[in-house]
Amino acid sequence: MRYIPNTDADCRQMLAAIGVRSVEDLFADIPRQVRVKGDLKLPPALSETDLMRHMRGLVAKDADVESYSSFLGAGAYNHFAPTITNHLILRGEFLTAYTPYQPEISQGTLQAIYEYQTLVCQLTGMEVANASMYEGGSALAEAVLMAHRATGREEVVVARTVHPEYRQVIRTYLAPLGIRIREVPYGAAGGTDLKLLRAAVTEQTACVAVQSPNFFGVVEEVAEAAAAAHAKGGLAVVAVAEPVSLGLLTPPGELGADIVVAEGQAFGNPISFGGPYLGFFATKERYVRSMPGRLVGQTEDRDGRVGYVLTLSTREQHIRREKATSNICTNEGLCALAATITLCALGKQGVREMALLNLRKAAYAKGKLAKAKGFALRFDGPTFNEFVVQAKRRPVRQILGALARKRMLAGVALDRFYPELRDCFLVCVTEQNRREEIDGLVKALGGGG
Amino acid sequence: MSDHTVGTRGLVFNEPLIFDRSVPGRVAYSLPPSDVPEEKPERLIPRKFLRKEIAGFPEVSELDVVRHFTRLSQWNFGIDLGMYPLGSCTMKYNPRVNEDAARLPGFARAHPYQPEELSQGALQLMYELAEYLAQIAAMDAASLQPAAGAHGELTGMLLIRAYHVSKGNPRKKVLVPDSAHGTNPASSAICGYQVIPVKTGPRGSVEPQAVADVMDADVAGIMMTNPNTLGLFEEHIVGVCQVVHAKGGQVYCDGANMNPMVGIAKMGAMGIDVLQYNLHKTFSTPHGGGGPGSGPVALKAHLAPFMPVPVVVKRGARYALDYDRPHSIGKVRAFYGNFGMMVRAYAYIRTLGPDGLRRMAQTAVINANYLMSQLKGSYDLPYDRFCKHECVFSDAIQAKKDVHTLDIAKRLMDYGFHPPTIYFPLIVKGALMIEPTESESKETLDQFIAALKRIAAEAEEHPDLLHEAPQKPRVSRLNEVKAAREPNLRWRPGPARPAGGRGPK
Repeated sequence: MRYIPNTDADCRQMLAAIGVRSVEDLFADIPRQVRVKGDLKLPPALSETDLMRHMRGLVAKDADVESYSSFLGAGAYNHFAPTITNHLILRGEFLTAYTPYQPEISQGTLQAIYEYQTLVCQLTGMEVANASMYEGGSALAEAVLMAHRATGREEVVVARTVHPEYRQVIRTYLAPLGIRIREVPYGAAGGTDLKLLRAAVTEQTACVAVQSPNFFGVVEEVAEAAAAAHAKGGLAVVAVAEPVSLGLLTPPGELGADIVVAEGQAFGNPISFGGPYLGFFATKERYVRSMPGRLVGQTEDRDGRVGYVLTLSTREQHIRREKATSNICTNEGLCALAATITLCALGKQGVREMALLNLRKAAYAKGKLAKAKGFALRFDGPTFNEFVVQAKRRPVRQILGALARKRMLAGVALDRFYPELRDCFLVCVTEQNRREEIDGLVKALGGGG
Repeated sequence: MSDHTVGTRGLVFNEPLIFDRSVPGRVAYSLPPSDVPEEKPERLIPRKFLRKEIAGFPEVSELDVVRHFTRLSQWNFGIDLGMYPLGSCTMKYNPRVNEDAARLPGFARAHPYQPEELSQGALQLMYELAEYLAQIAAMDAASLQPAAGAHGELTGMLLIRAYHVSKGNPRKKVLVPDSAHGTNPASSAICGYQVIPVKTGPRGSVEPQAVADVMDADVAGIMMTNPNTLGLFEEHIVGVCQVVHAKGGQVYCDGANMNPMVGIAKMGAMGIDVLQYNLHKTFSTPHGGGGPGSGPVALKAHLAPFMPVPVVVKRGARYALDYDRPHSIGKVRAFYGNFGMMVRAYAYIRTLGPDGLRRMAQTAVINANYLMSQLKGSYDLPYDRFCKHECVFSDAIQAKKDVHTLDIAKRLMDYGFHPPTIYFPLIVKGALMIEPTESESKETLDQFIAALKRIAAEAEEHPDLLHEAPQKPRVSRLNEVKAAREPNLRWRPGPARPAGGRGPK
């Protein structure tokens, strides 16, 4: 076995040095009745060649966003990642290191995280950011829990335009703690109904959570939502599922957000069938000690050189155990590194240019689809790179199925998430979609599919 | 020292923060030109929603980015460089073929919401991996959704809670042995449970009587770790499970230490109801400087109705995502889990096969016991029993000379090794928790043993050498008190500091 260097002869020598006859003696404390008898029922070992042949056989059954025209988004986005991102994250010193518990020999990871924390603050307009969470949905659930801890209140108000899976995660996280959730409907423009939102907020509200751009792609009135939370002494939590929008849209930090979370996948991480991704988590300095997750801080070594360490860890589970701010242990280190490298490569001009391309291409597609026969835009609020299309003549599943056979993934059907929108689908257009693809989609829809 | 060390000084560069490298106008990207009308953004989105440029965002060239991160990487220690015996973290070799597999377009470029019929390869892989993980633990099913070990613990405890709720009462308390990882009590607390500690017995195992003393009808379950954080098999595990089950409780097992159990022991047969794996430990997916991990949970049939949605099912020859599970706890994250990590773990299991997996476990155990046998005498061994994947020493002998675990750990760096896990488990004062894994050869283990013996001798003769360690890394010991008292958690625009502080050592 090429991954296990010690030969039978090595093992015999070591067993003799230990003072036992066979490896079985080292397992003598495991009761007979719980021992595995014979082999595990697993397929036999594969050579490197055969393994890759098998894996290629599996992927041959999958669509991918390169061989299909894809207009799928909804929390997982197809964006340009610079070639250097993949090359740099594959450096063994990054790839095969663990959590930087020993700072003297982990300065690379630590400085990169410090840079990541800075970039997240700059993008979101917040004061402090942690070293990353698992992904957007659980980051939002942790943000809601943090608001509950910070305010001591037992109720949260969540916009129904927040990604349906994120809301499901919030429900799962809050259920055992008995925290109540009030969901606020959307209005005709596709944004949260602010009147109903204000009415839902009470003196018991720990936070108001909105997503912008929301699940329908509509830019929310974040400032109004934040003001509604603050009016009753609650916190404003803002989620961003498509962080490329932050290159162009006012950062939530400037709109009154107390906690901002985002799904960071769009920056340098492949769609990868839903994971691994990373969650941005940023807040204000005054809440830093109730924040979950790891933090890196700058300090000095004994000789006065600048260096970085994990810090404020008295919030964390390995010190505080059941009193910790969260049970989270690992962050999403390598995904955060990929995001950092990508953001550095895009830089000040690139994040704006990329966002602009998304906005313009999506606007172009939206304009065309609005005029396609049998279709309409469901909402009229301002959108970034996603929008909801209503199919007036044929069932959505039938339309999407027919287009998939033409190697077009036209959008995400909304019936599973919003039964009242069963005649709608969500279309996403990024800088990766060429104009011909968009025209092709419009033609395929207008031409009867 | 040269006889005992592999670490030497290479040419390592100073490197400022990327923000201090920034020069207005530099770029490191190329986006396709716009092929649609170039509308002004304020014509598409109301001006009040638009931001100004991001002050202080970096402006660098492509080579700047490459050099910056390559130089940073050189300040890191990784498994690719040397032995990384970080106890309980299972720092084994990360096979590169797994990286290639995960980057195949049908995996890396597959969208989670693309049609099921166009995702049959990805779904087949998930279905089969869940089967393998259930089989390895001798359980009935597995959920791949949790993103990390601690996330798996949370999921497992939510399953236990949902089970009790279905019986009419969620119960109030969870038992957690005093040797447990900190994530265990934290995961219980997030599920709304009060944590009741259970004391470890004199042989380093939890004893059924100690559990019986605190077990009652208010206890939802116990969170065991097996092998435990002392590296010891919980020899009374069957009895402990019986005590808990007798009062209607459930047994959770933290599977962080599954490496020595694969192909050796049946966790399900011990009485464990649910267990999380850490794919980044047992199944070789890279730790990546702290994630992404992956923490699937394997479980018994009575917990299956509560699994997170969706569950990958097989209907005839077709794989599908089943959302229609009315008793499900819901979701613990968006989508299906850290799929890219599943691909790597699947590739590892298929590469080793049943023989290779058993050999992996056996070799890991031989390596740990060999280290233990050779270091006994030089270091205090509080629990002198055959261990499994790791062994735990203390600094009791060296402490007499005012040399402590931290000093020993830092000195190991000068010899070219990553230190073990230190000061954990909490029940051993000054613990040094050493996990060699099966990846290390006898020669490497011998070098490590020689280095630790030499350090024990230095502690007697030149304790200052240890107090001043490490000498070789780019920075010396860092001021953690300053970091916590005056938190500096991000760069802000201002005069740049000189690169690398006061220059090379």
